[in-house]
Amino acid sequence: MPSPPPLLRALLLVALAALTLYPLVGQVFYLQLFAKVMIFAVFAMSLDLLVGFTGLVSLGHAAFFGLGAYTLMLLSPQYEAASFWLSLPAAVAVAAVAAAIIGALVLRTSGVYFIMVTLAFAQMLYYFAIKSKALGGSDGAYIYVKPDATILGWRPFDLGNRVHFYYLALALMVATYVLLRMVLRSLFGHVVRGIRANEPRMRALGFPIFHYKLAAFVLAGGLAGLAGYLEAAQYGYVNPEFFGWQESGGVLMMVILGGIGTLFGPILGAFALTLLQDFLSDEAIFHGFHKHWLLPMGVLIVLAVLLLPRGIGGLALGQGRRAPQIADD
Amino acid sequence: MSLLLIQVLNGVQYGLLLFLVASGLTLIFGIMGVINLAHGSFYMMGAYLAFSLAQLVGNLWLAILIGIPLSVAIGLTLELLLFRQLYRRDHLYQVLLTYGLILIMEEVRSLLVGDDVHGIAIPALFDFSIRLTDTLSYPVYRLLMSAICLATAGLMALVIRRTRLGMTIRAGANNPEMVELLGIDIGLVYRIVFAAGVALAAFAGMIAAPVASIYPGMGNQILIVSFVVVVIGGIGSIEGAFLGSLLIGLADTFGQVLAPQIAGMTIYMLMAAVLLWRPAGLFGRA
Repeated sequence: MPSPPPLLRALLLVALAALTLYPLVGQVFYLQLFAKVMIFAVFAMSLDLLVGFTGLVSLGHAAFFGLGAYTLMLLSPQYEAASFWLSLPAAVAVAAVAAAIIGALVLRTSGVYFIMVTLAFAQMLYYFAIKSKALGGSDGAYIYVKPDATILGWRPFDLGNRVHFYYLALALMVATYVLLRMVLRSLFGHVVRGIRANEPRMRALGFPIFHYKLAAFVLAGGLAGLAGYLEAAQYGYVNPEFFGWQESGGVLMMVILGGIGTLFGPILGAFALTLLQDFLSDEAIFHGFHKHWLLPMGVLIVLAVLLLPRGIGGLALGQGRRAPQIADD
Repeated sequence: MSLLLIQVLNGVQYGLLLFLVASGLTLIFGIMGVINLAHGSFYMMGAYLAFSLAQLVGNLWLAILIGIPLSVAIGLTLELLLFRQLYRRDHLYQVLLTYGLILIMEEVRSLLVGDDVHGIAIPALFDFSIRLTDTLSYPVYRLLMSAICLATAGLMALVIRRTRLGMTIRAGANNPEMVELLGIDIGLVYRIVFAAGVALAAFAGMIAAPVASIYPGMGNQILIVSFVVVVIGGIGSIEGAFLGSLLIGLADTFGQVLAPQIAGMTIYMLMAAVLLWRPAGLFGRA
């Protein structure tokens, strides 16, 4: 994978240091907002594994985000805390297993079919969540008590504490980045990137393409489940919109605008889009118009496609205005 | 028995309406290679146009008559400003731009008409029901809708199969470079197909307005169902879109009646089954 150039790497490290030190000076509101951004960075990086590295454009990635969130809700007793150490792996596992099942079906298709079919499967889960009484129906459900991180009588951190939660999100974002970098540097990473570049050739070389794609899909699904779990834990509720296609579309925007196939790009995308949303929907700045914040957002997205073919990350890599790619099928 | 008949009629009517939206979607993809997420928004635009114009001129038919050229004009403008940039780009950017366009159209709708749910009265001439038995009857306007949709589909088939324009469209779907080399202005064909797709979706929204409520986000719902139709039928295939629409219309209607707990999911299960059997759709070429 393209390693960030030295100057950019230095900037990213400075940004990481700033994020680490932020709780010493920051306001509580922004701690929560930044934690949300970091959760979406995990979500966006997981999608980038599919879109940017394997060449699978999924418009239904929220399916696994929602499954992670709903798993926490189901595992939380009404007035007690679920164990963090049990519920988190369970959420990741549920999302990964679902990704294996859905992946086995959707990976039979490719290109534009894949886009439509992934969207349709996420939508199916969305309707299931709306109809199911056990899942709280269209109103969703609350998680009254945050998961408890006690292990062997010792409690290393408290998820109810904003600062602790912030550091947990930061740690998991960095861990996801490191994990995905390791994966992408391994043989597996080279193979999936080979699939993106030239699938027939990789097949001719004898690689079992389907299995590699499925493995990438499962890993991405599991990480999306992790993000969904954290989102549900932070805000204490779930609703069917977690599966919604706005969620899938939004995270795809983060990946593309951040710059696909760069890993740090989706993190930038998550920051840029979440903070932009927060800014555009600020009543104090835009008065009555803040309700229509999606209008400037939409205009910016359209302009970005027309003017910045490689995303913010591409801009950072000095490839801001390269010739647009030719569609590959 | 009559109850069954009513469900079949409802399913066919919903399917035919879907066809108007899905056929544009599949043509725009098949010929220009553009995946258009904003296609459902054109359906919504049609419904709101019918609502606003009907209030203005006091008559639904007149509103539709004004609304269609208006939709064509909007389609041509969008093609000129945005979609033209997308023809040779990666699907990723098509998804991104058309997603942005959905947000813009929803907000413009919200600014112009507001966020309330609206309805239009069924035109008085057709506001009655045909009695099937002592207790059951069927609204005539729904039959009329089906007839209008069928006529539109027939007209479309005629244009595509029998006219010179249709021949160019079919050739363009197969091999745009060759069509261009033969001295035909493929850009003009693209413009016509795109504007026709927009007008068809908007027209569907207009004639559906009296029986369905008009609400924010109504375009997204029909977009996703249209995707399912296109996947089942095979991308780029009009016949596939027709068959897929009817299948989905019936599956959805009967799903609501026979298995209300999983209603809303039936069509996706049908799609999964078709994918297992024929990954490229019923009429797909891959």
